[in-house]
This record gives sequence, C-alpha cells and structure tokens, in this order.
Amino acid sequence: MAKDRTPPRHRRWFYRFAIRNGTGKRRWPIRSAGINFALGYGVLFLISATLFLSFIWWSSTSLLNDHVRAFIETDAQELRHRWNHGGAEALGDAITDRLEQNIDDDALYLLMDRHGRRLAGNLPGWPVAIKKMNHFYELTIRRYTFTTPAQFKAYALPHGFRLIVGHDIRGRTLLSTVITRTVIWCAVMISLLAVGGALVVRDLFRRMVGSIARTASAVANGDLNHRITLTGSETDLVAETVNTMLDRINRLMEGVRQVSNAIAHDLRTPITRARNQLEEALFSASSPDELRVAVDKAIGDLDHITGIFEALLRIAQIEAGARRSAFTIVDLNQLLANMAELYEASAEDAGLKLKLNITTLPALFGDERMLQQALANLLDNAIKFSPPDSTLTLSAHPVMAAATSSNTNERQRPLGLEISVQDQGPGMNDADILRAHERFFRAESARNTPGSGLGLSLVQAVTSLHHGRLILTQANPGLKVTLFLPLTPEAEQTGRSTTPTQNTS
Amino acid sequence: MRILLVEDDPTVRSFVLKGLKEAGHNVDQADNGKDGLYLAIGEKYDIIILDRMLPGGIDGLNILETIRGQKNNTPVLLLSALSDVDDRVDGLRAGGDDYVTKPFAFSELLARVEALGRRGHNESAPETSLTVGDLTLDLLSREVRRNGQKIDLQPREFRLLEFLVRHAGQVVTRTMLLEKVWDYHFDPQTNVIDVHVSRLRQKVDKPFETAIIHTVRNAGYILRPAQD
Repeated sequence: MAKDRTPPRHRRWFYRFAIRNGTGKRRWPIRSAGINFALGYGVLFLISATLFLSFIWWSSTSLLNDHVRAFIETDAQELRHRWNHGGAEALGDAITDRLEQNIDDDALYLLMDRHGRRLAGNLPGWPVAIKKMNHFYELTIRRYTFTTPAQFKAYALPHGFRLIVGHDIRGRTLLSTVITRTVIWCAVMISLLAVGGALVVRDLFRRMVGSIARTASAVANGDLNHRITLTGSETDLVAETVNTMLDRINRLMEGVRQVSNAIAHDLRTPITRARNQLEEALFSASSPDELRVAVDKAIGDLDHITGIFEALLRIAQIEAGARRSAFTIVDLNQLLANMAELYEASAEDAGLKLKLNITTLPALFGDERMLQQALANLLDNAIKFSPPDSTLTLSAHPVMAAATSSNTNERQRPLGLEISVQDQGPGMNDADILRAHERFFRAESARNTPGSGLGLSLVQAVTSLHHGRLILTQANPGLKVTLFLPLTPEAEQTGRSTTPTQNTS
Repeated sequence: MRILLVEDDPTVRSFVLKGLKEAGHNVDQADNGKDGLYLAIGEKYDIIILDRMLPGGIDGLNILETIRGQKNNTPVLLLSALSDVDDRVDGLRAGGDDYVTKPFAFSELLARVEALGRRGHNESAPETSLTVGDLTLDLLSREVRRNGQKIDLQPREFRLLEFLVRHAGQVVTRTMLLEKVWDYHFDPQTNVIDVHVSRLRQKVDKPFETAIIHTVRNAGYILRPAQD
C-alpha cells in the first residue's frame, strides 16, 4: 500500500486516467505536488475504507444468515414435535400462538393439508419457487405494502401435510443501508479532508520552497548576502546546503573582487614603474650603459609582475579546489627536515638561528608540492622580518583529541597536526592579524620590505585545501604562524595498513 | 648543437633564434605544428624546443607523442604559457624532458637547452667518478678531492657539487638547482640557493688559489675548471 505513494508507481497507476496532450505523450494533468500528494492519499484512504467496510458487510450478513437458519431449524423441530403430540390441530394452534406473540413481526409460517388448503400461518399461499423439501430458499416476498427478503424452508409432514417456516430478513437490508451510507459519508469526508489537506500541504510546500526561492531570486538579482532562514523543518537540509553554497560563492566573489581591485592597484604600480623607466631611458639615456641599466630594471619589474600573476593564478586554482587530484600520502617528517635543511642556510646567512622543535608526525593525506610551497612562504616571511641575531623556531607536533570515556579501549589517534613558524620580528597588531590572509595585504610595518602581499594568501589557500586552519598569534616579540591540518580518514586508513596495529574498530 | 625550434609567436621565435645562434647553435625553425612535425620526423636534431600551443590543428603535445611513438628519443624541451602544475606533469608524461613556462628569461632557456643537449651525450655508461680539472668526485664513496686534498661535504652539498660538475662548462640557473638538486618546484622569495652555493664555495674554492664555481650575472652559476 505504501508503494502506491511512491511517485513512479503512482504515476503508472494513474496513466489510464491521464489525458493525451498535443504531442501524444501521456502526462498527469495536475502539477501541484501538494494536490497530487493529497489526492493520492485520499484515493488510498477511500480504497482502504471500502475494503474494510466490505469485510464488515460480508461477515455480518453471513453471521445473520447463520443465525436465521439456526432459528428456522429449531423452530421447525419444535413444531414437528407438536405435530407428533397433537396432530394438525395442535400445530395450527402453536403457529397461531407464535404469530400472536411475535412482536418483531418477522416470523413466517404456513401449514397446508394434503389438498393444499391453508390451515394456519401468515403466508397467503404456497410460494411457487419452493419446490424441494428440506432446502433453504431466499425469496423476496410481498408483505402488507412492502416487499422484503426472507429465508424459507419447507418440511413434509405425515399424511401429506406440508409446513413452511420462514424468517423475514429485512434487518439485513437495514444493515446494508447503514453500511452504504457509511461508505458514502466516508467518501465525502475523505474527499473534504483530502481537498483541505491538499490545500494545507500545498501551502506548506509553498512556504518551504518560497523561502528558498526568495533567497535564490535575491541572489540572482545580485544581493549575495541574502540567506535562507532556517525553520527547523526538513527543508533545512536544503536550506543549509544552499546557504553554505552561497557562503562559498560569496567568498569566491569577494576573492574575485579583491583580485580585480588588487590588479588595479598592485599590478599597475610595478607596470607603471617599468614603463616610466623605459620611457625615461628612451628620452634621456646618454650612453648605452645607462640604457642597459634601465632596461635591466624594467625586466626585473616585469619578472616581479609575472611572479604576482603566478601567485594569483595559483591561489585561484587552489581555491577552486581543483588541485585535490594531486593528493597522496605525505611524509611530513621528511618534508620538514628537507625544508629546514634548505632554509637553515639562508637563516644563518641572515644572521639568524633556525631552531627545530619537531616531534614525529603521522602521515597526512595531502598535496606535497603545495605544502612545501606554503612552508617555504612561511619561512621566507619569517627570515624576511626577523631582526639580526634572533631565533626562528620551526615546530611541529601531532594534536591529540580530548580523551573521551567511550573509546578508552581504542588507542588514541591524533586529530590532526600543527606546524608553526615563529619569529622574533616586529610581529603584527590584532587588526593586521585579522586582515593578514587577504590578498595583497601588507602590514604598515612591512611596506618597505620586498614582497607582494600574496605569501600568506597562498598559505591560507593551501591550508583551506587541506581543510585546515591558519592561525596567527602574537608571540611577543614576533609572530607565530600556525598551520593546523586535520588528519582525514584516507590518511588514517592508509596509515593503518602500513603500520600494523590491532584494529578494534 | 643542431636545434629545432617550433614556436608560432614571431617575436618569441626570433628572440630565441637569435639567442641560440649567438650561443653557437645551428637552429631550424617552424611556425606551425605541421611544418614542425615534418622537420622533427625528417631531420636529425640534438634537441627540439616545442611550443605547446600551436596553430593548425597539431599542437606541441601531438608532435611530441608522434616522435616518441616512432622511438625517437631526441631530448624535447616544452615551452608553454600554461604554468599549471598539472600541465607541466602532462607535458613531462607525454615524453617531454624539460618544461619552461612563458614568460622566461633567455638565460634560463639556454641553460636548460644546453643541459639537455649534454645529457644526450654522456648517459651511456654509468660512471663511478667525475673529474673536472683538479676536482674529483668519487660517486661510490661520496668522497671529494681537489688537488689531492680531501674536502668534507654534507650530503646535500655533495649533490649540489655533483650537479655542477655534471654540467661543468654550462650555466645552471637557480631554478634548475632547486628543481634538480632539491626537487622543489616553487619560487622562493629569499636567496636560498645562493646561500647554499656560497657555502659550497667556502669549502671547494676558498682554501684553494683558483675558484672553479663562478656566478653568471642574471643567469646562475657555472663550474669551470681552473685555467692553467
């Protein structure tokens, strides 16, 4: 029965009633989901009610019949008993007696002698249909002014006398009327409920979809900050997904806007510089050497612009999420060691000390190249902003989940890992920290150092690609940049298969 | 070296052509994929420089796949405006030997072309030691001697020196060093490579009269045996 409610089945079921439209394709004419839902429900309900009442009808009539037949049998038995004792006279008296005492007026008798004369009873004559003795007949007879169904049985008595005992069963007619009426009322009420329900359901549907539709049209009209209000109903699932989607679109749009602003400002500056240099050299260079120097500088500026483009493209690409195809199992211990080895030399060259504080890390499912790039950016930054004779610290450690009582028997697995780079430079104030991941953002104190302001944006993008977080904290003195990278199930699974541990889960 | 250059942009083509000729190479050129393929199959070159995107239906990767399909192992350097890591991987997977993205500095391209050309020559026999002038590298015991005097090097310094020695007499760029010695493919903003090279110099050049590692302005480094 529940199957009837599923759309495809439901549709097929209705096909024979469906109209043909112009193209000859059959289609159910009602489009409203609410009305269809209520209609289907109403039909289903009506069918169940009819089945149920039919069963009641069938079982009560058969009960009634049994009852009547048993009554006729016992009555005939008793009357025959009278005959045996007192003959035709006694039987006739008994019948008359009974008819007088029969308040319901539903007992029917006929006693006839061998010549076909009626001796007693309330039947006007022998019904033509009754031919066999000892057999039940159901006939419609005329009584007074109305016709009524009745059960009969005829008995042969000694000396050619015949007896009919019958019973009026108009009670059954009454029952059938009641049940028919019930069915009709049921149909009416169910129809009313279905129509009402359809309206209510349609209204509910509309209200649910309406909120989503309003938001979608607001977004379509350019208001990206509109969000679907959550109501706690089932549509919240859709609403939340759509909201998350809008948030993401918003962030991407914001990114695009930032990039176009940045291109307008941060790329124009070096382009202008290169152009001015070349122009000046063209007009005022007095020797080939001067010209060469100017061209050289211009090339440097162009390379810088190329670098910015590359970084912007890479960030955009990472943020689009397309780079997750390169994810593999990354051995971060090796990666960090190599990175430290590469940068230890430049730290020393800048008069800095690179301190390592690394505990063994679990394998991570990620993009090795991107992680290298992110770490390089952090180390580049730290070296750039450190005062001479200070210390840089590269630390890394796994982050354990808070122990819960439910999984005490399971060996504790790390939740993720943290890699941080700390310097003793000027640091950043709180306002700058909030804006640090923005593209082309450069703190006031960093204006005079070379760079594009894209380093941390890229780190942020790489971190997001790994579902991680980039956290900047003041280290007093200096800045501590921490990457939190969560361990994903993929890495855990592979990690488990490579290192044999007892597996309880 | 005999070089084939397939590039559709006339400015870039003439720029590269001029530079390569000045460096003493013999260059054939084609400005579309069809001619490029015809030359690449018909002639014998030491190295082929291929632009990835070419007009006329046949692009750089098609040419590369075709000549590799004919068991032609001429070193191929791909030139492309596609800087995406995936594009680079595609190019190398198709059989390319190196990949340079546009815009590029000519010195970078030249250094890589010469490194590729060299590779084609001396990859036949596995060596156990390398010698340049008075410098000897024992590849098995990882021992370095100059003028008979032993030099202690860190493993990474040894690899750096080995790379320089293998390309002795050629310019190697910082990017090449980062890619080939460290296997990193990003662009560091600080002078990491310079610092490592200068450390190496401290050990290899400082104690001796003549220097063999030289800086080439606007390009990179070169290891040249000391002139007697």
